[in-house]
Amino acid sequence: MRISTFGYTLKQGLKNIFRNKIFSLATIATIGACVFLFGLFYSVVMNFQNIVKEAQSGIAVTVFFDEDISDERIREIGDLISLRAEVSNIEFVSADEAWETFKREELGEYVETFGDDNPLDTCANFEIYLNDVSMQDALVTYLESIDGIRDINKSVIVANILSSMNSLISYVSIGIIFILLAVSIFLISNTVAIGITVRKEEISIMKLIGATDFVVRSPFVIEGILLGLVGAGIPLVAIYFIYNNVIEYVVGRFTILDSLLTFLSAKTVFSTLVPISIIMGVGIGFLGSFVTVRKHLKV
Amino acid sequence: MIILEDVSKSYSTGAPALNGISLHIEPGEFVFIVGDSGSGKSTLIKLLLRELTPTSGKIFVNKYDLSKLKRRKIPKFRRNIGVVFQDFRLLKDRNVYENVAFAQRVIEVPPREMRKNVPSMLSMVGLAEKYKARPRELSGGEQQRVALARALVNKPPILLADEPTGNLDPKNSWEIMKLLEEINKSGTTVLVVTHNREIVNAMRKRVITMKKGIIVSDEKKGGYIDED
Repeated sequence: MRISTFGYTLKQGLKNIFRNKIFSLATIATIGACVFLFGLFYSVVMNFQNIVKEAQSGIAVTVFFDEDISDERIREIGDLISLRAEVSNIEFVSADEAWETFKREELGEYVETFGDDNPLDTCANFEIYLNDVSMQDALVTYLESIDGIRDINKSVIVANILSSMNSLISYVSIGIIFILLAVSIFLISNTVAIGITVRKEEISIMKLIGATDFVVRSPFVIEGILLGLVGAGIPLVAIYFIYNNVIEYVVGRFTILDSLLTFLSAKTVFSTLVPISIIMGVGIGFLGSFVTVRKHLKV
Repeated sequence: MIILEDVSKSYSTGAPALNGISLHIEPGEFVFIVGDSGSGKSTLIKLLLRELTPTSGKIFVNKYDLSKLKRRKIPKFRRNIGVVFQDFRLLKDRNVYENVAFAQRVIEVPPREMRKNVPSMLSMVGLAEKYKARPRELSGGEQQRVALARALVNKPPILLADEPTGNLDPKNSWEIMKLLEEINKSGTTVLVVTHNREIVNAMRKRVITMKKGIIVSDEKKGGYIDED
């Protein structure tokens, strides 16, 4: 395409937007509503996943050693475990550290009754943190096969609940995103179809003069892309303000939640939400206009 | 230039619109195609523009074999044909200059050439002064002149005019026909589909008369043949 033709096409695309103001507003509103719903949903899901992930990161499998094990063997076991894909972090807790923690967290004023003895003398252990709680069973099976391990503590119920929640969030997200996409493509296709009926004659004249499909389609596609961009931009700005205010309100109003739940910053959410929404808006605008014009090209 | 060999066209609704017609039009000819509604004139125009394909038979236009023409080659083929319609089909939101320039833009003529071609074509049809006017500000005859300028600005070797005087009064009709005659004298092959008996009889050009999908008469310097 010549530069002059591109310039003309761009100008026509822009003119079309202003020429059919009602149609343009309807398209922007439709794309905007879809991107807005998607953005809200995405922000909630991202935070929910983050909360689940935070909870998961606190779950550890604890491994206790045989009583007569050597320090060398403990180091070997540590090296073997840290090589596993399921493991995100491994910490060695000596018998003394285990006893100190127990005294501090559980015994309180009764600590004096134990004198200088360490009842947890045989409780040196590895605390193994997982990349994903659903991998716990595979890791435990592996640990059971290692010589020198006496006992393994795992959190089956919590791990299963978190793992199931994670899967549920993923499935629900995929389902809702598909529904939103289908609804928006249907709405855009209808809106574009109404707008294009007005210009059916222009398309047929272009075709009879000898314009290629590309030349005929370009102004409409550019119009669709521009409407998609605006349609995505407006809800993004709205969501940005809503998100910041809601987080500020929740954290300020329910201070107890602050220690339990960690919300993602707007910057973190928007670093992925902005490109996804723009691709979505532009994509819907492009596809809607591309497909609808195609119906009228068979002249 | 235009050759039809035993061309038939049937629509899915049943009766054939064209029934085995053969036709030969030489370069530079001026031809009237006449006939009542349902005689097959519109189908013939659509076949020549490759809007339709024949059910059987062969069509050659300016060395293009239309029965073998691939869809992606249709735009290039259509640049050989200028078309004028009864209802002008101008873009109402653009002025006279833009309507004519539109034909050049869609085939990507460089802007410098366009700035030369469009005014020259508007002068030829006598509308150089009105290049800024919108179609609604023009009379029917003037609108048809704009349509003619648009059809001819790309210098096609063939001009198809489908009822070009159908919406015009006798004075404007004659002016348009004079213009078509001039265009023909400059070498363009002109095909005019019309119902205008007076013009056909007065101009003494080749007249092809169609009835119920067949050619019933083809006269070198013919006149309008009455149905009955």
